[in-house]
Amino acid sequence: MSQELIKKAVAYSMKETTPDVRVGDTVSVHVRIVEGEKERVQKFSGTVIARRGGGMGETFTVRRIVNNQGVERVFPLQSPKVAKVEVIRSGRTRRAKLYFLRDRVGKSTRLKDVKRR
Amino acid sequence: MFPALLGKKIGMTQVYDEAGILSPVTVVQAGPCTVLQVKTDETDGYTSVQLGFGEKKLQRSTKPEIGHAKKASATPAKFVREIRAEEFPDGTELGATLDVNVFDGIKYVDVVGTSKGKGFAGVMKRHNFGGLGDGHGVQRKHRTGGSINGHGTNLGTGPTLKKGKRMSGHMGHETCTSRNHALIRIDSENGLLLIKGPVPGPNGGYVVIRTSKTAKAKA
Repeated sequence: MSQELIKKAVAYSMKETTPDVRVGDTVSVHVRIVEGEKERVQKFSGTVIARRGGGMGETFTVRRIVNNQGVERVFPLQSPKVAKVEVIRSGRTRRAKLYFLRDRVGKSTRLKDVKRR
Repeated sequence: MFPALLGKKIGMTQVYDEAGILSPVTVVQAGPCTVLQVKTDETDGYTSVQLGFGEKKLQRSTKPEIGHAKKASATPAKFVREIRAEEFPDGTELGATLDVNVFDGIKYVDVVGTSKGKGFAGVMKRHNFGGLGDGHGVQRKHRTGGSINGHGTNLGTGPTLKKGKRMSGHMGHETCTSRNHALIRIDSENGLLLIKGPVPGPNGGYVVIRTSKTAKAKA
């Protein structure tokens, strides 16, 4: 009962269409960045290795390799600063969290593609 | 503007503002409240309004409660509180109903609730005492408050301590006011208020929400 009321209360703050992000996807996240007066969009692309939480607090983790160094960024799904999430490819996964990718480098980090409906 | 409303704490969550900044908010179901009694200078020597919130089953109400509510052609309420103010807006009469829209245009609110009970708590938790050391020969008294007597300042008259000497004891479950919460949003459709930050009491606890009177709220 009270959880439903909380959902109703925050409905105005939620995005109309939540980005369809799934674990295993290769995505390009468009992030709004405000620099003084100007606002620009920065892209961060990589593999979605985790999705956690629910409602306003839901986040997803994107991992990529920059200069031979693994980088992970956590994005709040509902944040207005996450302007758009472009799904480039979808990979087949058998688990919800792909933390095992952290121990892998090079070719072994590839995931088999799947076609989305 | 009516100065206060009764409500129920629903729970906490977080919302983004236009700038994309995340704020922690408490969702409070406020109103509808019924005016159960109007006190005036002539009848009571001061002005105030008694509000009722939440329906109380008739078989669980006492006859005086039912009779009192009947004067306002209402049913008994679970949570009844008196709101004092010098003046009330027009239309504040016996049996009138108030909803969240009374806070239209209000930026800051105070919330009065009953804090969560902590049971019998020691001095470190209850009064932020430092306790004694963890080692260096300290034995079996790591969380004690230390000596309570021997200083002239602690002595009352006679063989007792001064009243109010801070010691362990029951903590929490007392009326607690939390001031100057930004009112983030009024959801009149669902009768909900989004109040920034945590408010006293457990989820489901009854609270009084009133407009802040501090300098910050007036600025």
